[in-house]
Amino acid sequence: MKVRKLAIGLLLIGIIGSSFGILAAAAPFRVAFVMPSTINDSAWSQSMYEALMAIQKEMGKDNFQIDYSENMFVISDAAAAIRDYASQGYNLIIAHGSQYGSSLVDIAPDFPNVSFAWGSTANTFSDMGITNVFSYQPYSEQGGYVQGVLAAKLSQSGIIGVIGPIETGDAKRYTEGFKAGVLATNPNATVSVTWTGSYSDVSLAAETARTMINAGADVLTGTSQMVIGAIGVAKKHGVLWFGYDVDQSPLAPKIVVSSVIVDWTVALKPMIESIQNGVLGGKVFPLTLANGGLKIAVNPEGLVGQTIDDIISGKIQINLGD
Amino acid sequence: MIGSVIAGIASSAVRLATPYLYAAIGETIGQLSGVLNLGVDGIMLMGAYVAFFIVLRTGSLSLGLISAAGIGAVLGLLMAFISVTLKAEQGISGIGLYIFGLGLSTLLFGMTVGHVQTIDGFPDLVIPGLSAIPVIGDIFFHHNILVYVAFALVPIAWFVLNRTPFGLKVRAAGQKPEAADSLGVNVERIRYMTVILGGTLSGVAGASLSIALLNTFQQNLTNGMGFIAVALVYFGGWRTSGVLLGALLFSTVNAIQVWLQVKGVNVPSDFALMMPYVVTILVLTAMAKRRVNTPAALNKPFERGES
Repeated sequence: MKVRKLAIGLLLIGIIGSSFGILAAAAPFRVAFVMPSTINDSAWSQSMYEALMAIQKEMGKDNFQIDYSENMFVISDAAAAIRDYASQGYNLIIAHGSQYGSSLVDIAPDFPNVSFAWGSTANTFSDMGITNVFSYQPYSEQGGYVQGVLAAKLSQSGIIGVIGPIETGDAKRYTEGFKAGVLATNPNATVSVTWTGSYSDVSLAAETARTMINAGADVLTGTSQMVIGAIGVAKKHGVLWFGYDVDQSPLAPKIVVSSVIVDWTVALKPMIESIQNGVLGGKVFPLTLANGGLKIAVNPEGLVGQTIDDIISGKIQINLGD
Repeated sequence: MIGSVIAGIASSAVRLATPYLYAAIGETIGQLSGVLNLGVDGIMLMGAYVAFFIVLRTGSLSLGLISAAGIGAVLGLLMAFISVTLKAEQGISGIGLYIFGLGLSTLLFGMTVGHVQTIDGFPDLVIPGLSAIPVIGDIFFHHNILVYVAFALVPIAWFVLNRTPFGLKVRAAGQKPEAADSLGVNVERIRYMTVILGGTLSGVAGASLSIALLNTFQQNLTNGMGFIAVALVYFGGWRTSGVLLGALLFSTVNAIQVWLQVKGVNVPSDFALMMPYVVTILVLTAMAKRRVNTPAALNKPFERGES
């Protein structure tokens, strides 16, 4: 009898266990996304959100779930959100900002089965013995360089303005690359760089753009969500604009030449694969022109589109010379 | 050369000062009657959103402006109801109103517009004749209409507050509400009027951003400007001229720091960015002794029959 009970017991345990296994296999991949601004900021956070949505579209809503927290400008709020998501058993928590790193050092070791990712940085804290943190790093200077070359070619005054938020991280890399691109193409050009000290001061970004235009700038660029103020001013004055983060041409189709866009799926896809294979951290995912993580989105309605329209409408008559 | 530098900086300062002027003049009127409204930033955000949305949908700038003033008046009425009729603690209810405005404008923007867009706002209105004056013309007479109105508001508000029976009642309600009441002034009605007026001007302040100066809307577009406007009221010693001076000082130093960076003058950007705040604090400290006319009943609900 005892043996029989034991056998039934074992069988039951087996059934329960295997059904758990089945459940586990069918469980969706759950991602939590903590960001400093909002999913519709036309910049940094929106680009990551769009990448997550693209992956969800590929994998299906049932297999890939996304939850997010917006407006986590305050680091302690973000840390609370990250810890909360971790304790709810998400597979991957994306802390989308270099300001969140110190919080991850605190939180990640407490949740060894949860994977964390942050950027822009190349630091996964592996030197501190942490094994469940990934990082991602766009090589923004590459995209900046390309746009710098274009800007130098298009500028007639040779004065080009860059409006940045805070002199660090992604914004600094983009700016340095842009400057290098301009100066390599036109060594006599002036690149005037202004930092506003804020990611969100739209008003100051607008006034900076005005001051640059008054100083003779005829091509502008800039990073972070505050630049919509500068784009508004550039649009009003008919000054060319180079975008960053997302394709900014819908904001001002006539003046946006191109935008450097970050395709985060290039980092996210191998990251998710790695987690599914049981490696929860320790890797840095670069986003470059080479691997497709950085792209240059040329505005079809800008200079190219305008010229095509003008030819169709007859506004431009091409003289064949005979 | 030096003329164009001064003109460039001063003309930036005039533009930057505009939203502060509307909001701070409105707040001055409210505070003079005894009501501290810390919800200015929230009202500005709602004004900015509503004006932007209306212009985006209808293309009518005047309708956008009127709607912003309207939503400002409604939120002013709400603040007046909470602080005057319900006699709630003003500071806390103001912060509540701010968070309400911030949240509601973000929510409505997400639901109705969804993503950042730009619009064509009020164009620059170059004043014939005056705009041709060297330097002065460049500084003052190449702006959009809402900039001119903001500056015109300063003497108008001064006149109303200091030379009319209404202004006298406002100041009486803020200094000695019991005495005013005994002389037949309806203190609660006066406070309702000033807070609604203040809300209206805050709504217009928001519109000056979204449909005149920036021509776009984004979540938290004001970035805390409403709080600086409240600070300017203290800075200006509850005088319209003081508010004007404070707004111009703050925005001039801001314009200088932008200009220094644009011109590539070798100052660390962090230092440049500190300047507006450091200068403001220095001036405030220097003027501390002269500031005596705080409305005596500021932040105190009026209870009729008590004394």
